[in-house]
Amino acid sequence: MRDVIVIGGGPAGLAAAISARDNGAKSVLVIERDTCVGGILNQCIHNGFGLHRFKEELSGPEYASRFAGNLENIEVLTDTMVLEVTTDRVVRAVSREQGYMELKAKAIVLAMGCRERTRGAISIPGDRPAGVYTAGAAQRYLNIEGYMVGKNAVILGSGDIGLIMARRMTLEGAKVHACVELMPYSGGLTRNIVQCLNDFDIPLYLSHTITRIHGKNRVEGVTIAKVGPDRKPIAGTEFDIECDTVLLSVGLIPENELTRGAGIPIDRRTNGAYVYENMETLSEGIFACGNVVHVHDLVDYVSAESERAGAAAAKYALGEKASGKVITVENGEGVSYTVPQYIRPDNCDKKADLFFRVRNVYSNKCITVKNGEKTVASFKREHLAPGEMEHIIIPVSLMGDAEKLTVSVEEAE
Amino acid sequence: MANIVCIVCPKGCRLTVDEKTFEVTGNNCPRGAAYGKTELTFPTRVLTSTVKIENGEISRCPVRTNGAIPKGKMFEVMSALRKVTLVSPVKIGDVVIPNVCDTGIDVIATRNI
Repeated sequence: MRDVIVIGGGPAGLAAAISARDNGAKSVLVIERDTCVGGILNQCIHNGFGLHRFKEELSGPEYASRFAGNLENIEVLTDTMVLEVTTDRVVRAVSREQGYMELKAKAIVLAMGCRERTRGAISIPGDRPAGVYTAGAAQRYLNIEGYMVGKNAVILGSGDIGLIMARRMTLEGAKVHACVELMPYSGGLTRNIVQCLNDFDIPLYLSHTITRIHGKNRVEGVTIAKVGPDRKPIAGTEFDIECDTVLLSVGLIPENELTRGAGIPIDRRTNGAYVYENMETLSEGIFACGNVVHVHDLVDYVSAESERAGAAAAKYALGEKASGKVITVENGEGVSYTVPQYIRPDNCDKKADLFFRVRNVYSNKCITVKNGEKTVASFKREHLAPGEMEHIIIPVSLMGDAEKLTVSVEEAE
Repeated sequence: MANIVCIVCPKGCRLTVDEKTFEVTGNNCPRGAAYGKTELTFPTRVLTSTVKIENGEISRCPVRTNGAIPKGKMFEVMSALRKVTLVSPVKIGDVVIPNVCDTGIDVIATRNI
């Protein structure tokens, strides 16, 4: 029996494992399905990682190495696929070297990350030619395998990976003709619009979508149309762009097959497990962190969240269980979800961190936290956007007798 | 007055820069003020890419400029990187091209391979 088993060796899993060890867990095991740890950071060769945490602008692999180089006394199984996790904390896994294995743990941390939405998820009509990739798949081909995926590309969706790939493809000699976004605002960070699209004069079509992909064996072009407020294409606004490649950057889905299989409740708003303030799921002794809980913009926040999960898992493994009253956190007007969804004030160190996304682009608004009609905290924000995760800190002293706290976007006074 | 978005960090502050005095407003940190001025006078960027590597577990080694280079030189540096072939082992921070394209900036490896 191990103290803590961490499932996934990406940024979340590594930070959780290190934190579990540093907080007293004696035996910590990380299980990773790839041949090396680091997860998606290995293919994110662009810079900007670690600004918050290390006050440096690192590339993805450099950021990963800061954690991968700090794994003393942590056991790592690579090339190993976890098949099942149970709520009595048994992990069933399989690898080429060791075959089938059944491992027991006092605490488990789920850190499986997320995967990309594909063409099937958004149902673009047209043929099924070669040349349609998710942006992350193209990123892997280009940055790790060394294959160029095309010469003339159109990118659907303005998520960060799509924007980063627009720049990457351009630098490698491809022509990126357009970035097409269904919503009236970008899904990525503003800095990426500037340095990945504007720098290379790549047009961004907001409130537009691809209505058809042309080509039989290889992509030959796309039809783009403007969409109305209902996000449906407007007839008569169509135009064609010739291209050989379509990259999709249309969102990420937390990879929760193991979580669901264990019967751990999943929040429909985040597509990740419901969690308490210490990242414990509703199944005692099983914790979750990183993109498997909710999709983050910045790895720095993933690391911080995962360290909390790892520390809590160690604490649980050492016999200290969280208890006390539970406050439900709800999303009110203008807020699409919150993480955590539950706070146990007795288990907080004077304050609780709250992460959430807003539903629309707002300027000069106030984020309020209410207990019924009473405002317990409010935070002014000059700018809010769905593509940028928000973070507030609520002192426990302000929670009082609340059973429910509601987070909303309101007019600033 | 020029309205630009700061790209120094993911916060993305909206800056207003006076085109004559280069006075910056809207920044939340001193780096933003410096960025606002540089962006209008002499824009620079950190460039990241990959180069060929032999005998490693993977065939591309990620690299970056160890500082900002003039924005206009990005494609020139990309051409220089195409001519490079590394041989494993390579460590993070190893210089791949010193003083690339006379920018005074080195290109360094960003993965141990």
